Amino acid sequence: MSSSLHLNLWLIPLLPLAGAAINGLFGRRFSNKVVSAVALLFTATSFAWAIACALQFWGAGANPVMETHGDWLRLALPNGHSFSVEYGFLLDRLSMVMMLVVTGVGFLIHLYATGYMAHEGGYYRFFSYLNLFMFFMLTLVLANNYLLMFVGWEGVGLASYLLIGFYFLKDSAADAGKKAFITNRIGDFGFLIALFLLVKNFGTLQYDGIFEKASAMPVEVGAGLLTAIALLMFVGATGKSAQIPLFVWLPDAMEGPTPVSALIHAATMVTAGVYMVCRSNIIFSRAPMALEVVAIVGCLTAFFAATIGLAQNDIKRVLAYSTVSQLGYMMMAAGVAAYSAAIFHLMTHAFFKALLFLAAGSVIHGVGGEQDMRKMGGLRKYMPWTFGVMFVATMAIAGIPGLAGFFSKDEILWQAFSSKHGHPALWAVGVLTAFMTSFYMFRLIYMTFFGEYRGATADAHAHGGHDDHHGTPHESPWVMLAPLVLLAALSVVGGYVGLGNRFEQFLAPVVAPQPEPMLMNVELETSKVTSRASGNKIALVRSAPAGEEAPGEENKTLEYELMGVSILAAFGGWAMAYLFYLKNPAIPERITAALGGLYTTVLNKYYVDEIYQAVFIRPLIAFSESVLWKGIDSGTIDRSIDGVADGSQSVSDGIRTMFTGNIRTYAGWVSAGAAAVVIYMVWVVAR
Amino acid sequence: MVPISWYLMLSALLFGCGVAGFLIKRNIITIFMSIELMLNAVNLTFVVFAAKWQMLSGHIFVFFVMVVAAAEAAVGLAIIIAVFRTRETLNVDRVNLLKL
Repeated sequence: MSSSLHLNLWLIPLLPLAGAAINGLFGRRFSNKVVSAVALLFTATSFAWAIACALQFWGAGANPVMETHGDWLRLALPNGHSFSVEYGFLLDRLSMVMMLVVTGVGFLIHLYATGYMAHEGGYYRFFSYLNLFMFFMLTLVLANNYLLMFVGWEGVGLASYLLIGFYFLKDSAADAGKKAFITNRIGDFGFLIALFLLVKNFGTLQYDGIFEKASAMPVEVGAGLLTAIALLMFVGATGKSAQIPLFVWLPDAMEGPTPVSALIHAATMVTAGVYMVCRSNIIFSRAPMALEVVAIVGCLTAFFAATIGLAQNDIKRVLAYSTVSQLGYMMMAAGVAAYSAAIFHLMTHAFFKALLFLAAGSVIHGVGGEQDMRKMGGLRKYMPWTFGVMFVATMAIAGIPGLAGFFSKDEILWQAFSSKHGHPALWAVGVLTAFMTSFYMFRLIYMTFFGEYRGATADAHAHGGHDDHHGTPHESPWVMLAPLVLLAALSVVGGYVGLGNRFEQFLAPVVAPQPEPMLMNVELETSKVTSRASGNKIALVRSAPAGEEAPGEENKTLEYELMGVSILAAFGGWAMAYLFYLKNPAIPERITAALGGLYTTVLNKYYVDEIYQAVFIRPLIAFSESVLWKGIDSGTIDRSIDGVADGSQSVSDGIRTMFTGNIRTYAGWVSAGAAAVVIYMVWVVAR
Repeated sequence: MVPISWYLMLSALLFGCGVAGFLIKRNIITIFMSIELMLNAVNLTFVVFAAKWQMLSGHIFVFFVMVVAAAEAAVGLAIIIAVFRTRETLNVDRVNLLKL
């Protein structure tokens, strides 16, 4: 980790924190203009500083930069070792990508939010929370140890909770916030245990220390331990990144304001789990079984969420399930050890999914708070800009060639097929999911922007505090459109950084799958690791991808054939949506009628919420009520406290009769006491 | 020379009078005077022992007690006046507001 750069990385997360503090403490007295100026200024400065750091980092050869600011914890362990955790920030190629995505997309969404939230109460509160989220997310991304990452991890959960429940007077919003927080806690529990295991077995939480020791571990010692750690970390990731079985919170999280859905629940926070898996790639790559679990869970999540997305009518819920599905893609990529493909898709997804959400927000804003797509339609002529950017984003997510989503999704599918950890079945489900993705996204476009306007024109549906009176739908102000156009541009060009495997080669030093440790090969491994860690890795950068990517001619043709299939799937979904929702709207009704029960099941999200309710929540509530509340709390603790209180009261009642308020009674007691003392003394002397 | 036991018996007698007066009397002023009586009974023993053992500390203690008694008299009489002003009685049995 040798580098002479002094980047002051701490400024990047701390600047949004300053913004959050200023708005949170004094924002109530500011006008909305000042609040948005403060929020935007600090986010923009953070973004600018991130770019400056990235440029210097790039200029200096993109070697990892570690900046520490003293110890946070320093403990002497009973076994004689010491354990310390630093306030340290690490900028390497992986965190650089994440940092730029978070600050860049974050800034655009802040800008958008100044327009979107203009008529909402609690304006300063919103921006304070949003800045707070940026702080925690950047801490998560830039930390150089797992504990600091965990701080960010929990912090984004908190910010997410606050922002989902932003309209806290609405019961559904408050409940959704709680659901998100509690579901995430379940995942965090796994992550926390993984951290304990790391401390116990490696004696440190620093990335470099752990990775060095983990890769030096001979496989017969490390396999079980690393598998356990990787699986527990993945439990954390399923919570944060909304994978099966903990995905249920994300669709409900759409109760929050739309910029929140875009920033937290599409572009950044939910990708934290993917980031964590990729960051820990050295552990995961040495635990093939855990990787298999990651890949299968990701694949199932992608498929499962996409099927639910087919039947939803709420515009934001379609996008929510699409997010779950795309996160499944990323997990699948991570699960086949194609970490750079996962991060690549994470980045492009951040662009187009943030754009989709913001455009959906613009639509919702334009039609006066309506979210049901059945009451939209024909909006193309009312809001041409929104339509344009949303169409671009839809093409991007559907995987239409030439846009960002195509490159990253195709990379994932190819890796799922061809990677050492991949399997054709993963690829097949992935392609099927891509087909469904394309279908439901174009369904959204056709239902929303084409046909006739089906909404009410005169009376506005008041929703989420949108109280301005709406007539016909209208286009959004420029402050909302500008970020949309920028994100649309990124959704188009964002994929070209991956052309010719450049992105993969760029990330290779951080996430390149390393040779699996052989039996009795400890010496060799250790020496490799030290050469990796000591910074002279240019040679390895060149060699590792070259070894991985040495496709023969037949391999290349296979890749193109598979690419053809996924392009076919994308256009097929588009065509089918066109047929169903524009050409012949009667078909969907016939199909739903034919499917009957299956359709209702999908429409009700496979009753997952109801199943969880019956299997986990009800028994838990029943147990809490009968045993914990009535048995232990009121029965044991309360009763014993009450007993002590009652006892002392009755004793006091007895004593109280001595105190009559009559002075001579008191004098009598004093004399009696004195007499008793005298008698005692006489008795002592006489004895 | 008068034996020391006589002084002590006189002192005990005076103290007993004080205690009896304190317990029996109802007038606050009388009670107050009984307290003074007890204090001075104790003073007498102090003086006697100081003379017996030829030590000055007994005398000093007597002065100390007298100072405290004087201060107490000042405060006590002020309280008595205040009580009389509000309750218009000096009967202790009717001054029983201290109870719950």
